[in-house]
Amino acid sequence: MFRFFAIRVLRAVLTVALVVTFAFIVLRLSGDPARSIMGDDASPEAMTAFRREWGLDQPLWMQYFHYFAAIFEGELGRSMRGGVPALDLVLERIPATLMLTLPAFLMKLAIGIPAGVYAALYRDSVIDRAVMVTAVAGYTVPSFVLGLVLVQLLAIWVAWLPTGGTGGLQHLILPIITLGVGGAAVLARFVRSAMLEVLGQPYIRAASAKGIPWASVVRGHALPNAAIPTVTIVGFMVGNLIAGSVVVESVFSWPGVGNLLVVSVAARDLAVVQSILLLVAAAMVFSNLIVDFLYGVLDPRLANGNTGGDH
Amino acid sequence: MGNLAGCATGYVFPAAPAPQPLLVIEGMTVDFNGVRVLRGIDLTLARGEALGIVGESGSGKSVTWLAALGLLPRSATVSGSVRLDGEEMLGAAASRLDRIRGGRVAMIFQDPSSALNPVLRIGRQIGEVLARHHGVSGSNIRAEAKRLFDLVGLPDAARRFDAYPHELSGGQNQRVMIAMALAGKPDVLVADEPTTALDATIQAQILDLLTTIRRETGMALVLISHDLGVVSETCDRIIVMYTGSVVETAPADAIFASPRHPYTQGLLAALPPFEGALHRLVPIEGQVPDPTNLPPGCAFAPRCPKRLAVCEEAVPPLAQPENGRFSACIAATVQPARLSLKLNTSVLA
Repeated sequence: MFRFFAIRVLRAVLTVALVVTFAFIVLRLSGDPARSIMGDDASPEAMTAFRREWGLDQPLWMQYFHYFAAIFEGELGRSMRGGVPALDLVLERIPATLMLTLPAFLMKLAIGIPAGVYAALYRDSVIDRAVMVTAVAGYTVPSFVLGLVLVQLLAIWVAWLPTGGTGGLQHLILPIITLGVGGAAVLARFVRSAMLEVLGQPYIRAASAKGIPWASVVRGHALPNAAIPTVTIVGFMVGNLIAGSVVVESVFSWPGVGNLLVVSVAARDLAVVQSILLLVAAAMVFSNLIVDFLYGVLDPRLANGNTGGDH
Repeated sequence: MGNLAGCATGYVFPAAPAPQPLLVIEGMTVDFNGVRVLRGIDLTLARGEALGIVGESGSGKSVTWLAALGLLPRSATVSGSVRLDGEEMLGAAASRLDRIRGGRVAMIFQDPSSALNPVLRIGRQIGEVLARHHGVSGSNIRAEAKRLFDLVGLPDAARRFDAYPHELSGGQNQRVMIAMALAGKPDVLVADEPTTALDATIQAQILDLLTTIRRETGMALVLISHDLGVVSETCDRIIVMYTGSVVETAPADAIFASPRHPYTQGLLAALPPFEGALHRLVPIEGQVPDPTNLPPGCAFAPRCPKRLAVCEEAVPPLAQPENGRFSACIAATVQPARLSLKLNTSVLA
């Protein structure tokens, strides 16, 4: 049991380290922070001074070493714009992002799961066709297109809702819908195919042969099995709570983590971008750990396989 | 004929069938997306009878019973009549069917490990049968389950209640399935190839168990198998099916002594001999016809060594050449039965 978790945690840490390394290299190859923050007009002396101040004049491997050493001391660096600790900058944006992504996440579950289950139960019926057509449309339309269309319809033509920004609850509606639709569509398709797979299993027919009413067969026998593959994709959505709304925050000028990421990337504000990516990677890895754990809870066959060696 | 001895001596075929059969299937047809896979089945099952259904895959032997119990997918169209104690089952309301299934007619399946839900404990799976059909609840479920597990010879019965199916072997899972079937105290147990997925040694144990349980409980047993040998040891009467029709019905011993239908004769010729020197087995020539493209007359005619010109024109009806025996063969009624016996004595001797 201990070894199982130790291996998982070690792998998780390694994943995060790889993400951070990758981001470190790409960011430094993709542009010069001195130029993007100081502006093209800055004097060569000022540029040099800026580079020295932020350690950008050192060789790449030295920068990398210092960066990693700092991470282990809990230091993620400061924003090159204003000198505020990068982590603080990111953390203060998280509540705003969660205000969009959490309700959107609930919307994905509340719509996607029942739609997928019903589509599978009434396979090839009108319900199924309607759900699938909507789902294909829902996940093929990019969220920025959907966002702009919703703004055009509901904010500009009928003017029921604001086009963007912050304020009251009405500012939340369009971004949440925009975020939720795609995920609900993906989930509906995924749950449908998981349910169809399960409904075709011999144990479903065997349960009916025992005289269990169909509704109980679906609830007690089919859903617990269909939940196993579904957990994977729901876990992925949980991992996306912090940074899954980059595009939508830009469309609706919402002051969340995604917006900060876009601005910081444009400015090559290295510490901020890296802090965000570190958090995103950590969130993804953490939700994956939870998914692994849930597999063990939902599927007794895996619970034995995973921990068997250590008992 | 060592293996047949039990069947031949232990069972006396009644002079007349029981006045009120337990279950009657009449003119049942099943179509899948417009393709007829069951072409008018008539059969009766007496109380306590052990009936064997034999045929190749695709002959409709399983579909018959899945259709009778309303267990086919919606894409199947079922017509005809299935009466249990005189009450029509086809088209019955779901709630009534749910009381019959598992309560009066139980069914067990080919691969027990996939017929048990992998994420539910065995106790829960047998418990829901006890709760639904007999209102057993609480700690009584555990006690009753243990009694049933003991009855089917499941080792370490008390602990199996909390086990998951993957923790048991295939044979143990089939015992669990049988215990679950018995939990409803059914009048009929339909066993659909119950030993096909099991090791040869376990097969015999499961068949013995089914025989013992039938003797002790008095329930009727329908044993579906592609293996004439398996069915002959366990059953009183055998129905042979081919491409969705019954081609022969006879007492188990009679079918071995003098098979009427050329297809049955072919099946027997393809069985290894029970005693004596091994010899080359005789396969049935040709292929099972595609259900979308059946010949106009007897479906077996293209493969039949005895076919006459008339065989290819009309579908032969199930005729009764002697008491208790039915055969759907024109050639068999025209030619003397002795001929077929001669053909097979070499196989059986």
